[in-house]
Amino acid sequence: MKVLGISAFYHDSAAALVDGSRVLAAAQEERFTRVKHDASFPKEAIEFCLSSSGLNLKDLDAVVFYEKPFLKFERILETYLAFAPHGFSAFRKSFPLWITEKLFQKKTLTENLSNLCSFDPGSKLLFTEHHASHCASAYLPSPFEKAAIVTLDGVGEWATTVIAEGKGKQITPLKEIHFPHSLGLLYSALTYYLGFVVNSGEYKVMGLAPYGEPIYRDKFLDIIDVKEDGSFRLNQKFFDYCTGLKMVNKRFERHFGQPARTAESEIQKFHVDVAASLQAVTEEVVSKIVMFAYKQTGQKNLCLAGGVALNCVANGKLLATSPFENIWVQPAAGDAGGALGAALLASHDHESVSKHVGTADAMKGSFLGPEYGRDEILRQLESSGAMFEELQEDKLITKTASVLAHGKIVGWMNGKMEFGPRALGSRSILADPRSPDMQKNLNLKIKQRESFRPFAPAVLQEDQASYFELESESPYMLFVSQVRGEHLTKVSSDRSAFAGLGSISDVRSTVPAVTHIDNSARIQTVLPTTNPKFHTLLKKFKEITGLGMLINTSFNVRGEPIVATPEDAYRCFMNTELDYLVIGNFLLDKKKQPTPVFGETKRSFPLD
Amino acid sequence: MSTILEFLAFLWKRKKYWLFPVSIVLLLIGGILAFAQGSVLAPFIYTLF
Repeated sequence: MKVLGISAFYHDSAAALVDGSRVLAAAQEERFTRVKHDASFPKEAIEFCLSSSGLNLKDLDAVVFYEKPFLKFERILETYLAFAPHGFSAFRKSFPLWITEKLFQKKTLTENLSNLCSFDPGSKLLFTEHHASHCASAYLPSPFEKAAIVTLDGVGEWATTVIAEGKGKQITPLKEIHFPHSLGLLYSALTYYLGFVVNSGEYKVMGLAPYGEPIYRDKFLDIIDVKEDGSFRLNQKFFDYCTGLKMVNKRFERHFGQPARTAESEIQKFHVDVAASLQAVTEEVVSKIVMFAYKQTGQKNLCLAGGVALNCVANGKLLATSPFENIWVQPAAGDAGGALGAALLASHDHESVSKHVGTADAMKGSFLGPEYGRDEILRQLESSGAMFEELQEDKLITKTASVLAHGKIVGWMNGKMEFGPRALGSRSILADPRSPDMQKNLNLKIKQRESFRPFAPAVLQEDQASYFELESESPYMLFVSQVRGEHLTKVSSDRSAFAGLGSISDVRSTVPAVTHIDNSARIQTVLPTTNPKFHTLLKKFKEITGLGMLINTSFNVRGEPIVATPEDAYRCFMNTELDYLVIGNFLLDKKKQPTPVFGETKRSFPLD
Repeated sequence: MSTILEFLAFLWKRKKYWLFPVSIVLLLIGGILAFAQGSVLAPFIYTLF
């Protein structure tokens, strides 16, 4: 039962190909088109999925779109009516788009698929509900035979939050919260209020939160009414998204006492305190929802998906405090993962297909994207004018570990590209976490982004417990946990007084570059089974330094999609202050490169 | 036109009869707006629209 799943037309277009319960391939369109959060029809992602599996569109049993456009349009109609006559300006701008394009998504999909290879999907083209796709992406690839499922995001058709139960391959919805009441939209509203880009800057809000104190929690409780069972309502008097083209209104600004922050302006104590308060409220709501799911299902396993499930701080707290024994989060928890969920939902509809169950999940470490063989890497490097040397793998690992131990920063591209927003060791920038200045240097010199943005440690599976309090594995960098006390150092600065974002330079542990201001870290457990070469590199680094851990951040600069091809990697390498680049078994030393190769300005991607 | 009819059939199936006249009026207004604007631009915010 071969099924192609597609998510598109809003943000993070993607394609995923499954055969029964096996995930064959998956990729986001942005990686090919180099447009961050690309929403266009995922032509190149589909072509990759099919070609990597040796299949043609005609070989497929079904093609599934991850949501139902008519149901979404129904919600939009009812929303406009509910708020009329307010909201005419939003109606005037958005409605023409619907009746010229979005309402005709079935036709658009059919035309695009036909253009790919003269294939008319006809009755093979199916549609699932947005949160059904998220539920399926959370549960069906998980290792569990039974589980409670919680999905939280901005909005799909009507649902913004779903609690469901999975038994075998059957998923039964138990409760839904509907638009306009949405935890994802609340987070996005505050992302907008704090001067970041909606649907992109949410990570930044989460990253800012530990610098502040949640002193505005009570103000948030005027905006969101949360019940003990986790159900909640947003007071629409404070928001503009139902009737306007902004997320929050003037009343919201008066409530908090300050206007929305202008993008790129200075971040003040107020902003970090608002971020901290939002994070506290988010964790509280998520915790109550999860508790309700536990009481309703009595399951010991929990599966999470939806954009809010990428909040790894909340996930870490759930792991520590919820009654669930095991929590599994879909690594592509956002809308890109909807493509995978839609495909899995349709394939499991076939009676011959049973759910994946085992000690490991079905995501293959999320290494589901394109990879490049020796000849192709060589061809692309030569055509880029790069200077390189090819080494035996063991020598390459030794050399890379050695330069990392000497404080150099390495771009690391190896094997299949990750599916989802995190770089997990296939398209990563690596550095030594022991350096006190590394966080600031990496952010400003390499990533070209805000200095407060935290970095994550990739740690050997066997060493995780000795450095972090996290007991379970976190292979997808989706759980935050505390650094163990024996690795912490006393910090001289006083946290009660706002030290500004300069407090990032405080040395808080023996691995300061990956220790956040609250002594936490966003952990990636590196397993030898799913990522053997990266695991070997960490072991070699440990041989040299005694530390089985590296900084792992995505191989891109601010506003750029993570690199996909060797050429992308070389371009990023040349436009940043990266010292070395490793692609397959090829090693490139920055000092030996001709400059400039591409003749580009240092910044060629719009800021996000 | 077939998509519009399909959408109306969808509303019928969901027993949202009251949305019928509203949909037709809004679709007409929207059509006029689209025609008047010449081109349509996606609003910048989330996936609401």
